[in-house]
Amino acid sequence: MNYRRFAQLKSWRAAVILAAALPLAIAGWVSGAAASPGATARPSTPGVLTPPTQGMTPQSSIGKGEGQLNLIAWEGYVQPEWVKPFEQQTKCTVKATYAGSSSEMVSLMANGGGGQYDLVSASGDADLRLIYGGDVKPVNIKLIPSWKQLRPFLQSPAFNTINGVHYGISLQFGPNDLLYSTKVFPKPPTSWSVIYSKKYAGRITIPNNPIQIADAALYLSVHEPKLGITDPYELTQPQFNAAVALLKQQKPLVKAYWDLASSEISLFANGEAVVGAAWPYQTGQLQAEGAKVADTIPSEGATGWADSWLLATKAPHPNCAYMWMKYIDTPEVQAEQAVSYGETPDNSLACPLMNKLAKGSCDSLHANEPDAYFKTIKFWKTPLAQCDNGKDNCVPFQDWVTAWTQITG
Amino acid sequence: MARVSAALWRRAWLRAALTLSPPLAWFLVIYLASLVVMLVTAFWTVNPFTNNLQHQLSLTNFAALFDAPIPAIIGRTVLIAALVTVTDAVIAVPFAYFMARVATRRVRNALFVAVLLPLWASYLARVYAWIVILTKDGTLDWTTQHLGLGSPNIAYTNLAMGIVFCYIWLPFMILPVYGALERIPDSYFEASADLGARNSRTLRSVVLPLALPGVVAGSIFTFSLTLGDYITPLLIGSGSGTNLIGNVIYDNIGLANNLPFAAALAIVPIVIMIGYLLGARALGAFEAM
Repeated sequence: MNYRRFAQLKSWRAAVILAAALPLAIAGWVSGAAASPGATARPSTPGVLTPPTQGMTPQSSIGKGEGQLNLIAWEGYVQPEWVKPFEQQTKCTVKATYAGSSSEMVSLMANGGGGQYDLVSASGDADLRLIYGGDVKPVNIKLIPSWKQLRPFLQSPAFNTINGVHYGISLQFGPNDLLYSTKVFPKPPTSWSVIYSKKYAGRITIPNNPIQIADAALYLSVHEPKLGITDPYELTQPQFNAAVALLKQQKPLVKAYWDLASSEISLFANGEAVVGAAWPYQTGQLQAEGAKVADTIPSEGATGWADSWLLATKAPHPNCAYMWMKYIDTPEVQAEQAVSYGETPDNSLACPLMNKLAKGSCDSLHANEPDAYFKTIKFWKTPLAQCDNGKDNCVPFQDWVTAWTQITG
Repeated sequence: MARVSAALWRRAWLRAALTLSPPLAWFLVIYLASLVVMLVTAFWTVNPFTNNLQHQLSLTNFAALFDAPIPAIIGRTVLIAALVTVTDAVIAVPFAYFMARVATRRVRNALFVAVLLPLWASYLARVYAWIVILTKDGTLDWTTQHLGLGSPNIAYTNLAMGIVFCYIWLPFMILPVYGALERIPDSYFEASADLGARNSRTLRSVVLPLALPGVVAGSIFTFSLTLGDYITPLLIGSGSGTNLIGNVIYDNIGLANNLPFAAALAIVPIVIMIGYLLGARALGAFEAM
């Protein structure tokens, strides 16, 4: 029989229509049957959120390892250098899933990790979303001896400890510092105003990330004090609008907004950009290539990121997870990771070990600075509608994202 | 076994159905169904704090498509796609004509290799190669400076993106046009000459109309691939004023984790392509295919 006759068959057409309608029907049934997601934080009093897993009692001892550990991590955080010794010691085979952004981590960890993942190395802008989403559960700090060696301001920071309950342990941190070409700036710039200045139009680069609005807010907190910005992540609508206006003013001066660290490295290596916001990682890479660049934290201070390993609510291998948390915060491993990635270790005893691995790394990564130095860094945290002062009029992160799309267009 | 084969011999429709059902099932279940699920996702919303999908139908995402700068981004994407298509057609038609009708066998084979070889190299490698060419103090800058023409400095602009797109999609335009031109019988040219047409008239009235189906087939590639591409704007765009539909969708899936909005935005190129194909069909471009 020929195709045309076949195509005219009513039964064929009916079969195709049914097959196409079936997925629609299934999708409609799914949307109807599925209620709103379960463990969502509900404010018990206006302005006060309670993490859904706060009441869960953490384990009191570390049992026998389960033989496997599933991690969600940033690239570069699970290197064989320190993973192999861990696997040999604990017999927990490490399987890492790499995420490219905080939002990716939050969505992978949905539903408490889904019974698939044990730990996530989330940055401060994702931590609160995970905690209030009920995706991570309390951790027993007494089971992690190296916690006592962490710098005091990182032992119970606001992004992974709520109401005195720890949901993970702090890992490493780094500033969003000012990267500049030493040819254009023989002396280090003292103010962030260089990235907002017409003098360097077309030669500036900043990250393509909505959290950059906080950087603009930090700048305004010093240069326009009448706005009254105290916390760059808790902005009322007028403060937020001022930060957005500053970024819109900056837009024609920016050569490119970088998405990947390697893109920024290219921009500086080719001389396209001479000043911009970066991480110490880019400075290290560029200097290793012989580029004439350096970085600094200007007088207004800087925003920064601090990563923590958080424990998934439905972690399938909790004992291996605790063993990893114990291991990753010891001075030796902290030094290895800091030098390998280009960040600052949280463990205060890591500095001399870093210099053994890479001479001068302790200085260039600022691992031996006093706590006062780090007070100038405002670490990332998720902007919420609930401000710390109890009011509900701060701008939530969703609006930051929308505003960023409008700024960059 | 004999009864089965006899039953199949008698019922031709059953034979056809059994042969068609695996590919049809793949097409419906994996291809169409996934598109339908994405369409349904566009009607959902996401809880901005916990990032969980709210399975309630709403039209907010489609309304958000009209908020600045999305319409400008859509307009920019369509414009760049159209310019890339026209540029590639202008480059491809003479090139394919040469390959199909003028070149000797050896030269034609060499040209085939030249056109197809870049496709064997990784997409990323080719984009990075263009970044090296277009960047400050790159190949282009060096050449123009030595010619005394100054420094064009076009990296990270819409022009740079357009150039890279033209380069990457060119093989997809050359091959269908080559196929269309190769099929023209020699007798057509003789007949045209016999009727008194000069070369330019033959070109206009005989060659180009016959090449048109090839150009349309190639344009479907260049247009739709540009509508959806996100890697090139990410690498060679500046992140502002150069955003295309593709990388805005990418940003909304990764950074903003707003899957429903990304799904709604992804429907826009689908609708545009449906319109494009219907237009092409109405113009008779599919008659000869």
